[in-house]
Amino acid sequence: MATKSIAGVNVEVNEEGYMTDASQWTKEIATEIAKEEGIEITDKHFEVIDYIREKVASGEGLTIRGINKSGVVDAKTFYQLFPGAPLKKATKIAGVPKPVSCI
Amino acid sequence: MKKLLILGAGTAGTMMANKLRKKFLREDWDITIVDQYKTHYYQPGFLFIPFGMYSAQDVIKPKSDFFPIGVNVIYSKIEKIIPDENHVLLADGVVLNYDYLIIATGTRTAPEETPGLKDKLWYKEIFDFYTIEGAVALSNFFKTWQGGELVVNIAELPYKCPVAPLEFVFFADAFFTERGMRDKVNITYVTPLPGAFTKPRATKMLGELLKSKNINIVPDFNVAEVDNDVKKIVDYAGNEVKFDCLVSIPTNMGDEMIERSGMGDDMNFVPTDKHTLQARDYKNIFVIGDAANLPTSKAGSVAHFASEILEENLMCAIEGRPYTASFDGHANCYIETGYGKGTLIDFNYDTEPLAGSFPFPGLGPFGLLKVTRTNHYGKLIFRWLYWHILLKGKEMPIDSEMQMAGKKL
Ligand SMILES: Cc1cc2nc3c(=O)[nH]c(=O)nc-3n(C[C@H](O)[C@H](O)[C@H](O)COP(=O)(O)OP(=O)(O)OC[C@H]3O[C@@H](n4cnc5c(N)ncnc54)[C@H](O)[C@@H]3O)c2cc1C
Repeated sequence: MATKSIAGVNVEVNEEGYMTDASQWTKEIATEIAKEEGIEITDKHFEVIDYIREKVASGEGLTIRGINKSGVVDAKTFYQLFPGAPLKKATKIAGVPKPVSCI
Repeated sequence: MKKLLILGAGTAGTMMANKLRKKFLREDWDITIVDQYKTHYYQPGFLFIPFGMYSAQDVIKPKSDFFPIGVNVIYSKIEKIIPDENHVLLADGVVLNYDYLIIATGTRTAPEETPGLKDKLWYKEIFDFYTIEGAVALSNFFKTWQGGELVVNIAELPYKCPVAPLEFVFFADAFFTERGMRDKVNITYVTPLPGAFTKPRATKMLGELLKSKNINIVPDFNVAEVDNDVKKIVDYAGNEVKFDCLVSIPTNMGDEMIERSGMGDDMNFVPTDKHTLQARDYKNIFVIGDAANLPTSKAGSVAHFASEILEENLMCAIEGRPYTASFDGHANCYIETGYGKGTLIDFNYDTEPLAGSFPFPGLGPFGLLKVTRTNHYGKLIFRWLYWHILLKGKEMPIDSEMQMAGKKL
């Protein structure tokens, strides 16, 4: 565990840079993390991030399938918004833990 | 007379019927089990069919061979569960009521979830091996195939027996080598996972094994569609992989009956307490096997370990005591690696697969995360154990709780 200064605030992060206390999250912090990930954040990004934060707060899992059916974005747009590894990037920006896949 | 109802007579349901008929007095408890089919499939055997190692005959037996005396058996499709009324509706209109319900309806393949998968090339150049029909069709295709791009693709997580697709590519490597045509077959493993498996040590070991066998891996690939004209799979990011023969592990979902009952998550798996095995929302319903949304592998070995926990906790519930058994997610999977050898992984909710020996510390005879001949025999013996010990709910010489002794951290 480490402390990192993001957008002028000291936040708790893990080894991979994921925030460990979702309550410290602000839109400014999100914008800053997004920049580090090479993403220029837009309102559409925030819609997805809000959805992700709500899901996580209610204890539900995150999947591409769930995002696709969320009514917020379809899977293709989700990949365009967060290119490469969308779930990993979006959760990092949303200040919630990286989703684990268990099989 | 109290009523216990078991839905699904596959691996888990059959095991529970056997265990509980022994446990419950016949004059107190009426036990009924329902399934749509009269045939029991030994699903782990499906893997061997495409390569001509088993035939369809080797993996089927009548379900009736495995039910104990004193259990009512109904062969019918289940329409839905009405949990608030303690009722189950069968397709022919019959209504069954219960005091306690065990859901063991497993998972099914849902190729229709991926656009283009079940289309004009289905069972011509696109196959699955998670159904008997698919495995047999693929075996016929391989008999005369001249070679080309063999692509194995996992559509979505979770899917049952997570090691089976890896075993499939290991077998394919050996099969085409033995036929003297390995140079004509390019094998590619395309997975939504970031590597060969989920947990670090098993991923490293299995990833190296893929490499040594000259099998390509394409990770982080979430398939969006199958193009039947150009013969390629495309993911949501626009990445493409071309195939001449596509072997798909289609999306695995719980039965539609769960959806009709309004009891499932978005993949029709039933939300279940991962330690007690009680359905999250209903205190007289328990869930076992692939039907549950537990964060562990969907495998027969897991259902077996869970069956002991479920038996104990069901007694607690009936007698109004606090639960005394807690499931740890224990999974134990033999992995065929081809050429008469295999490896073995043993893990649970909290501990990843580690190297060592199993089940006896230091002695084995099975080697964890090692490729050995004995491990391969373990897998073959498993079929015998499955029919004769496991389904009948008899004791196996393995603890249901995962053991750390004999493992290297
Ligand atoms: C290719 C392959 C290889 C595998 N290899 C291994 C292995 O090596 N080791 C291992 O441990 N596991 C392995 N497995 C997994 C293992 O077979 C399953 O995890 C196990 O069978 C799950 O048991 P279950 O009782 O939950 O479901 P199932 O055994 O699938 O039983 C579910 C039953 O419910 C019935 N049912 C469902 N819905 C309805 C309905 N609406 N009405 C009536 N009946 C219904 C079905 O007909 C079925 O009989 C493998 C699976 C496959 C496909």
